[in-house]
Amino acid sequence: MEQSWNRAKQAFAAIAIPPMAWLVLFFLAPLALVWLFSFGQNDGLKDIAITGTFANYARALEPLYLQIFGKSLWVAALTTLFCLVLGFPVALAITFAPEKWRGWLLLLIMLPFWTNLLVRTYALIAVLRTNGYVNATVEWFWQLGGLDQLLGPYQPMELLYNNFAVIFGLIYVHLPFMVLPLYAALDRLDRSLIEASLDLGAGHLQTILKVVVPLAMPGIVSGIIITFIPALGAYLTPDLLGGPDSQMIANVIERQFKRANDWPFGAALSFLLMYLTFIAIAIQAVVARHRRENARS
Amino acid sequence: MSTAVSAKPARTPPAPLEYLRRWPLRLWLLTVFVFLYAPLITLMVFSFNDSRRNIVWQGFTFKYYEKALNNDTLLIAFANSLTIAFIATLVSVVLGALAAVMLWRFRFPGKTAVEGAMALPIVVPEICMGVALLAFFAWFGNSVFGTLNWSGGWIWPFNLTPIIIAHVSFCFPFVATVVRARLASFNRELEEAAKDLGAGEWQTFRDVLLPHMKPGLVSGALLAFTLSLDDFVITFFTSGPDTITFPVKVYSMVRFSVTPEVNAASTLLIVLTILLTFLALRLQSRMGAKTMDLA
Repeated sequence: MEQSWNRAKQAFAAIAIPPMAWLVLFFLAPLALVWLFSFGQNDGLKDIAITGTFANYARALEPLYLQIFGKSLWVAALTTLFCLVLGFPVALAITFAPEKWRGWLLLLIMLPFWTNLLVRTYALIAVLRTNGYVNATVEWFWQLGGLDQLLGPYQPMELLYNNFAVIFGLIYVHLPFMVLPLYAALDRLDRSLIEASLDLGAGHLQTILKVVVPLAMPGIVSGIIITFIPALGAYLTPDLLGGPDSQMIANVIERQFKRANDWPFGAALSFLLMYLTFIAIAIQAVVARHRRENARS
Repeated sequence: MSTAVSAKPARTPPAPLEYLRRWPLRLWLLTVFVFLYAPLITLMVFSFNDSRRNIVWQGFTFKYYEKALNNDTLLIAFANSLTIAFIATLVSVVLGALAAVMLWRFRFPGKTAVEGAMALPIVVPEICMGVALLAFFAWFGNSVFGTLNWSGGWIWPFNLTPIIIAHVSFCFPFVATVVRARLASFNRELEEAAKDLGAGEWQTFRDVLLPHMKPGLVSGALLAFTLSLDDFVITFFTSGPDTITFPVKVYSMVRFSVTPEVNAASTLLIVLTILLTFLALRLQSRMGAKTMDLA
């Protein structure tokens, strides 16, 4: 049973104060500061006057920035969808793999996830760029097939510095975020239900769609949210793999803080991004509660 | 049934739920693993390629490793990264463990709010946290030290302080989560027994609770170390011109061009990651076995 804090005040204080002080001072206070900045305006080069203005938010709702918000949401949604489609069969295969393989397969999924994000992004640049490995391989086949005599020399595909590269990179980076919650959900399933469905004459596809997916829905929803949130706020992937028109919201925020030196506007944008994140989390909470209530009744 | 199947896997037809033995799923799994690994493996292979153009195999060489290891700024960046990760991990483990014990042991008003606030650093987008800490340090430096770049004049490793603070802020809630999950399996009666037998508050903590927390502390520490070593965005906003970390250095190198030197440095980091991963797994399985024995 949990102990009431006022029955051991000293122990409670000794345990609670260090982490709480750190959290307030080095996390909540900085957020609060940026929140205040978002209602301010530049006052000279160094100072920001908190005037309580909503001008920064009004500017964030101009079509130019709304379009970037829309684009970020769209790119993150597309990334999540691809991760779900790619990752679901993987999670399924791992769940029903023999015991001794399961750990290794999970490790294989996790290992790229632990590898440095910059290293992974750099690896993608080397693969996708105009004279990268993909184009070199295709060119080799092109010459092997004698297509250069028929159609002229190989024209390399533009695979980097565009929206395709951004989505490709985001899928590459976020796939493990999707597979792990899916695996956790599928692993908890009661297998006899699947066997029953197969015994009663449903095919594999039908069983997956009508039995496995509904039962694993909480895991699928959390996989979607866990993938969607970091994809929405992605900075590095669009920055390094994207072209001039594939900026996402994080890139605009970075520019306000590092180059344009318009901190109040950047602060407003970053709080809008945070609110979007909270909405995503709230959706998940609502779905989870809804399912729990359904299960009870 | 399962033993019979695994003894002669090639003969028996796949059982209904052995999805891994059906070729469409095998093909799918293979494709996904090629997708995940092909870029990393080509990157590692071509770090040994004796050609600056980096795409046609010209012969084996170690010269780009030599170059990378003689590149002072790269080495300093790497040393900075390891120092930051080491200190941030130590602080995060202490703070995370305390937070976990607090949430596990006590009932107090506003607990839900505290739990929510502890989860915030995990869910808030990195970019938001990065700009918040940038603004905070700039404001703090400006109003307390009267200069924007207040840690710039300090000697190493104290000039890394803002980065370390930032890393602790996003690492320790992860540690707290891991340790709290571990604490859930603790039998509270053991604590009461220790107190009945005359142990004080501190002795109970040290001899009863702490040994039980240990696997959680170790996995929390490894998680914190990896997160810190991996972080780019938050570091990018809190680092100054003379406090470059490895990811920030690689970022500036990648912006210029793709060179085999970056391949070599990246390969070294990948190897380090793999070694750390296996170390973590070894430690965990060994400790898992030990706690099994105790139970």
